Amino acid sequence: MATRTRARRKARADAAQRRDPRAPIVELRGATVIYPGGHIGLERVSLDIHRGEFMFLVGPTGCGKSTFIKSLIREVEPAEGEVVIAGSDIAKLPEKRIPYLRRRIGTVFQDFKLLPNRNVYDNVAYALQVIGASRSEIRQMVPETLRLVGLSTKIHNYPDELSGGEQQRVSIARAFVNHPPLLLADEPTGNLDPVTSIGIMQLLYRINRTGTTVVVVTHDREMVDKMRRRVVRLDEGRIVSDEAAGMYADEESTNEFAVRMRSEMGVGEGHTNGEGHE
Amino acid sequence: MSRVGFFLQEALRALRRSAAPSIAAIVTIVVTVLLLGVLVPVLQTTQGKTEEVRDQLLVKVFGYPESTDQEVRALRDRVAKMPHVERVEFVSKAEALKILRQRLDDDSITEELPSGNPLPPALNVYPDDADNLEAIRSDLAPPNSKGKPQPFSPVIEDVVDSREQASQIRAVTGAIKIVLTAITALLLIASLGLVANTIRLSIYARRREVEVMRLVGATNWFIRWPFIIEGLVVGLFGAGCAVFILWLGKVTIVDPLSDRFALVAAQNTIEFLPLVAILIAAAMAVSALGSGITLRRFLQV
Repeated sequence: MATRTRARRKARADAAQRRDPRAPIVELRGATVIYPGGHIGLERVSLDIHRGEFMFLVGPTGCGKSTFIKSLIREVEPAEGEVVIAGSDIAKLPEKRIPYLRRRIGTVFQDFKLLPNRNVYDNVAYALQVIGASRSEIRQMVPETLRLVGLSTKIHNYPDELSGGEQQRVSIARAFVNHPPLLLADEPTGNLDPVTSIGIMQLLYRINRTGTTVVVVTHDREMVDKMRRRVVRLDEGRIVSDEAAGMYADEESTNEFAVRMRSEMGVGEGHTNGEGHE
Repeated sequence: MSRVGFFLQEALRALRRSAAPSIAAIVTIVVTVLLLGVLVPVLQTTQGKTEEVRDQLLVKVFGYPESTDQEVRALRDRVAKMPHVERVEFVSKAEALKILRQRLDDDSITEELPSGNPLPPALNVYPDDADNLEAIRSDLAPPNSKGKPQPFSPVIEDVVDSREQASQIRAVTGAIKIVLTAITALLLIASLGLVANTIRLSIYARRREVEVMRLVGATNWFIRWPFIIEGLVVGLFGAGCAVFILWLGKVTIVDPLSDRFALVAAQNTIEFLPLVAILIAAAMAVSALGSGITLRRFLQV
């Protein structure tokens, strides 16, 4: 029994060694996700995300951004193609190993998903408790992470006593507290005002600089334009563009957008703004 | 160790938050375990008594209480000459009293009797073969014109076949047994349902916790344990209350009675401690099963 365990451990160590350290942390190979009912979530998506990268995933509502996130934590499984994380095809993971995959991936959501009857400290500690961390680890890592997200003074507050931005910081702290190599943020600033959003994005960037790969799904055009990071755009489940230091969309000023909207809606021409023309 | 603490803490937190359904489940378990605790000794006692009677293969001929020993003894030879009779034993009034005293293990019984010895003299008629019991019986009390058995001598009040006695006891106790068993079975199902319902509500109340646990990579069993413990705590608490009530009943009612009445002190029933162990195990099994069923159905992990 003991020898078999040792042999298995050795095999796993060998496999880890064979892995190229510069290999992408996430590889999608022609991944297609079809929901029951025939709706296509992702269609033949192939994509590499490298270690330490900061990537935006943008696109209109229903384009498959959330499906992309879900397929990385095996919440949905691709009908075709494969999702490879840190060198292993996650479709081949036995059911029992999925929790261990999720421990290596932090996730942040638009609605924070905080536990309302626990304070900030306990919310973050909960993530460590349920993966069986020791008490001393919890006591060391939780305050450290709360300091990183800038909430050291609010550890005894409950979520409903915090602003939206602070709640999102708690949720980021919870996702990052066991230092996963990959952090996924699904519309982290979707519920926040622009100023607060900048703070959240700066925090994600700071986390990225510790070596963590960060993938941010967003609608926030200004933020994407300002950060000048890799932008992958999805539409109807397909990748339509992938730029190393991209902008949210083709250059289009607010005025141009307004003109296009009006012409599409059949409103009078030449009205570039509400006041009209002289 | 810290894990067990975490599970317990989560389970108790959930119980406190959903007190109403938990109390409903606990009360049902208390009632179920109480009934079960009464049912087990009752079943054992009746079983024992029925078998005891059935094992005595003989026909008893009872005189009237007023009949004298001489009158009945006179019948002895007539009976002994009947076909299939192997031997006949005469039991005088005094002997009958002695046997009763022995059986009840109480010497004072004679003093308490108001007017002397009320027991009738009797004959124990042993058949040559167990199959001939019925034939002897009909010879001793042939059917009269109305078809009812009529004893062959006016001195005799009754002719009793031990099998008939056994079947009478069995008929009465059988009915009690069936009713008690049916009620217990229904209550077991009700407890199962109520525990399942408690756990289901708990899963619903803690769906955010479950969602977060899945997201941060808690294993399936780590997610399930607090719910199972919650069910077990409900079962254990219910069983504890019921055992306490049973113990109170034993100390205040059954024990004093059994000092005076031999029938209550059923000798061949289960001891109290093994009974308690069985009851607690049953309650735990029911609540674990209830939690398990609900977790399978409603906790998609």
